Amino acid sequence: MANLFINRVSKRNQYLLSTLLICCISILCYGLSTYIGYRVIAFILLITVSLIAMVFDILPVLFAALLTALIWDFFFIPPYFTFRVSSTEDRIFLLMYFVIAMINAVLTYKIRRVERAVREKEEKSNTLKLYNTLFNSLSHELRTPIAAIIGATDNLQANNAKLTAQNRNELVGEIAKASFRLDQQVENLLNMSRLESGFIQPKEDWCDINEMIYGQVKAIEENKIAQKISININPDIPLFKLDKGMLEQVVYNLLNNATIYTPPENKISISAMSYADVLQIVIEDNGQGFPPQEITHVFDKFYRLKNTSAGGTGLGLSIVKGFTVAMGGDVTLENVSTGGARFTINIPAKTSYLKNIKNE
Amino acid sequence: MNKAEILVIDDEAQMRKLLEITLQSNDYIIKEATTAREGIALAASHPPDMILLDIGLPDEDGHSVLKKLREWYTNPIIILSVQSSEEDIVKALDNGANDYLVKPFRTGELLARMRSALRLAVPEDANPVFKSDDLVIDLATRTVKKNNETIKLTATEYTLLALFVKNEGKVLTHHYLLREVWGPGYIDQSQYLRVFIAQLRKKIENDPNRPELIVTESGVGYRFVSKE
Repeated sequence: MANLFINRVSKRNQYLLSTLLICCISILCYGLSTYIGYRVIAFILLITVSLIAMVFDILPVLFAALLTALIWDFFFIPPYFTFRVSSTEDRIFLLMYFVIAMINAVLTYKIRRVERAVREKEEKSNTLKLYNTLFNSLSHELRTPIAAIIGATDNLQANNAKLTAQNRNELVGEIAKASFRLDQQVENLLNMSRLESGFIQPKEDWCDINEMIYGQVKAIEENKIAQKISININPDIPLFKLDKGMLEQVVYNLLNNATIYTPPENKISISAMSYADVLQIVIEDNGQGFPPQEITHVFDKFYRLKNTSAGGTGLGLSIVKGFTVAMGGDVTLENVSTGGARFTINIPAKTSYLKNIKNE
Repeated sequence: MNKAEILVIDDEAQMRKLLEITLQSNDYIIKEATTAREGIALAASHPPDMILLDIGLPDEDGHSVLKKLREWYTNPIIILSVQSSEEDIVKALDNGANDYLVKPFRTGELLARMRSALRLAVPEDANPVFKSDDLVIDLATRTVKKNNETIKLTATEYTLLALFVKNEGKVLTHHYLLREVWGPGYIDQSQYLRVFIAQLRKKIENDPNRPELIVTESGVGYRFVSKE
């Protein structure tokens, strides 16, 4: 937090703010000077400098140290309103004050610099770890379909007489399957980079939730899935003003996940309702659910459950999370007591009940 | 309609090869251009029956090529694009493109879009009766029948449906539909469109939740498709 603050305050403003703070404290002390001795006031000023040193750059802090020393000398050390100091003791005190203030400033600054260096190093190693995971999962996820395409085309081009018509068809089928997988991965990566860039801005428009959900279920069913998907939408659900494209991606990824990671005989259900201008979509399956200790990590980028079969980049759910948050909502995961996983999405949005008004 | 001449403007050699094989094996004559300049010159010297235009060309932005072509070229133009950016697509459609396809697209999809665009190019005013499966729409008498039973439509619903029928197979953008049916003041009132599309589907679709006639083109608009 402090770091962010410094980055936002310009050098000139740092001088200004320091001066302002010191002046305020000094005036306060001046009012209290009948009750407390001037040596206590020296400590109060020293604390002020220390506080400034915690957030500002070195030069403004040194400036603050100098300023407080002068103020203390001029207003508080007798004789007042002159820089002259009469007693030797006070002279030594003033000198010590100045040195301590300087050391304080320099030390705090140095500590901050070391801290920053450590943090940067940590961030770097985290990024590196992330990239390694990315490269590992990507090289698998992209290379496998590419290998399938190259292998299949090699076989077809070799024109081997032993290749039966059925073999040929199967090879072409493999190429098609691999291409779709590649396309899906590229789509995920593009979405991820959109999120990473931080420029993602939901394009809000009125959305018919009924149409959106049926559309996504249809898209999933086109993947020739084995599971049954049941749909349950409150018929009175209003139109919601939100980014339909993003919501579609969220619903698609969750349904897709459910179809990939649950056995074929399982049931998947999707339901939607609205309460007080919040859209709630619940996607539930009766599979095995998630290992409880891993639930908090499933939305992390590139996170993959331990002991899962190969495949998947760990991007799907992090995109779900990213898009939902970008739309101002949230997504949670819990295991259902009867077995299975339940994803709940809540998105606050403008609603329109125009739907229920009879036209003309 | 056999042997229609198609001009492909695309800088990717692989894409041109694929289109060449696809189109030739479906009885089209194909001409190819690799740049915007070459494409415009080819289109001007011998206007083709249809243009397939890639939106990402090396020498000029596809949108400006589209605008230039539309100054005089009236036959269908279908846009090919790698970006599934809805804004891009809507812009192209508003600039006069007849249809669009996002790469990678399926060959069947391409041929269907081409057929419907070419069909639209020849207006069949003589036959104002539209039939699809058990749905009959007579534009002359303004009647709509499903399973031989007359369907009651409000005036707005009928206007919307008639607009779809006249542009069968073509994607109509939200703005276009709102402007044509409700007027220019309503082009941002997309909630009207959502409501009326839902109502229309309830009346003419077999399963309003799995529409087959009025198909949603997400983020772009709607397309009216007849069952062959």
